[in-house]
Amino acid sequence: MDEEKFDAIVVGAGPAGSAAALTMARKGLSVVLIERGEYPGAKNVMGGVLYRKMLETLVPNFWEEAPLERPVVEQRMALLSERSAVTAGFKDPALGEPPYNAFTVLRANFDRWFAGKAEEAGAFLLPGMPIEDVVRKDGKVVGVQAFDGSELYADVVVVADGVNSLLAKKMGLRGELRPSEVALAVKQVISLPKETVEQRFNIQDGQGVVMELMGAATGGMVGQAFLYTNRESLSIGVGCLLSEFVKTKKTPYDLLEDLKQHPFVAPLIEGGVAEEYTAHLIPEGGYDTVPQVYGDGFLLAGDAAKFVNVLHREGSNLAMESGRLAGETVAFAKERGDFSAATLRRYREHLDAGFVLRDLHQYRGVPGFMEHNPQFFNFYPQILNEVARDMLTVDGVPKREKERSALRRVLRQRPALRIARDLYGFWRAVR
Amino acid sequence: MKRETLEEKLYTVKFKADTESHLVVKEAKNCVECGNAHGRPCLTFCPANVYEWEGVEEGLAVRYEGCLECGACRIGCPYDNIEWRYPKGALGLTYRIG
Repeated sequence: MDEEKFDAIVVGAGPAGSAAALTMARKGLSVVLIERGEYPGAKNVMGGVLYRKMLETLVPNFWEEAPLERPVVEQRMALLSERSAVTAGFKDPALGEPPYNAFTVLRANFDRWFAGKAEEAGAFLLPGMPIEDVVRKDGKVVGVQAFDGSELYADVVVVADGVNSLLAKKMGLRGELRPSEVALAVKQVISLPKETVEQRFNIQDGQGVVMELMGAATGGMVGQAFLYTNRESLSIGVGCLLSEFVKTKKTPYDLLEDLKQHPFVAPLIEGGVAEEYTAHLIPEGGYDTVPQVYGDGFLLAGDAAKFVNVLHREGSNLAMESGRLAGETVAFAKERGDFSAATLRRYREHLDAGFVLRDLHQYRGVPGFMEHNPQFFNFYPQILNEVARDMLTVDGVPKREKERSALRRVLRQRPALRIARDLYGFWRAVR
Repeated sequence: MKRETLEEKLYTVKFKADTESHLVVKEAKNCVECGNAHGRPCLTFCPANVYEWEGVEEGLAVRYEGCLECGACRIGCPYDNIEWRYPKGALGLTYRIG
């Protein structure tokens, strides 16, 4: 066959795919970056936190040119009851200055920019091209087949087609995910004048806030809601395990509307204009759902490989890091002239040695723990609000009596032994 | 902000519908059985309300034109009864903001 052959084909122009394409193109490899959407980002969503470190490795000083919303200077956590909230947070204005820690982003813009960096480096972007299968020869992956039957060939295929990864499924790398191994999240971008965003969140120009909300924010389901500040808008969303939606028959959009009406949230979004409604899955099964990530002629990166750290809501950074490592591994394989699993396994070794799989390994117990301990998402936020209300209400009752009645209130609903077991279980899951 | 309907939400999303559905119900009888056994969860968990039950005769209506391509039905269907593909070419949804 004298078809044109590339050094590498990357399927999916999200953070993982573009990082891989950029890395390989810079090393002089011929790379085609394939995207199923009209443009990179057209099908992509996240809440919106992008961490600085992993992107900086690929594009130094990227904050001077990338379409970012706001540097995150404050993280807040709110545990909601039906109408009240117990909150905690951390704010440091220094995080709003270089080198920063994280930014809020909107993916349609950001992904286009990032894929553009790969193009600048020499990768060839091919949008509007859903890939249906890989092409194999003698058991090795040697290319991909598009929706229209056309084929493209390369020494290596980097599979970065996201959480649903139909390609990984077609390749038989894993069985179907269970509903308890993915979260379904819906989000809405709500525009507000820049000054209003800054006043309501007590920030200045060039500063941003991210807020995670639990408890009544998810209707008590295992999951989390969020409210992030963009430049002239807010991103508000809620995500719960798909198994919770299956069980409760709650609808994601009603859940989002309930959140928007909550007394703790409503004043923050008041007067805003709803811009765009989005939905996406998040692979939350953790370490034990990571499929085979390398083989003869292929590598898997990003959400396709289930690289998401649920506890710290990190994903795009793991995607970029895995994409970069995949790209470096392919460049190494090209030097060696060997694209077999024996050489490509180096990718997995780098992942194992770095933060991607070390973090996932450390938290491997978290997904199962959350699924089986819904009290952290309903009972505890609720009781914390009740206790806080009692303790902070000045009504002439001596404090000692308040303490006793608070303790009684807690223990009546959950015996001390079970609370101890909950805390021990959580500690076990995260250590 | 006043409570919004799903229709108002979907109105903010840009769709370029394919001429044929990228979502196909594999076996109609599974959906009938699912009603009693599982309460047809796809009718509620789908964030775009793509699925509607039209009775034993008609079966499950699939309004694929407004699909947000999240993949929830692919994984959440108790019978693995949805054949889920990507819309052809650059068709389907296009997020302007993401």
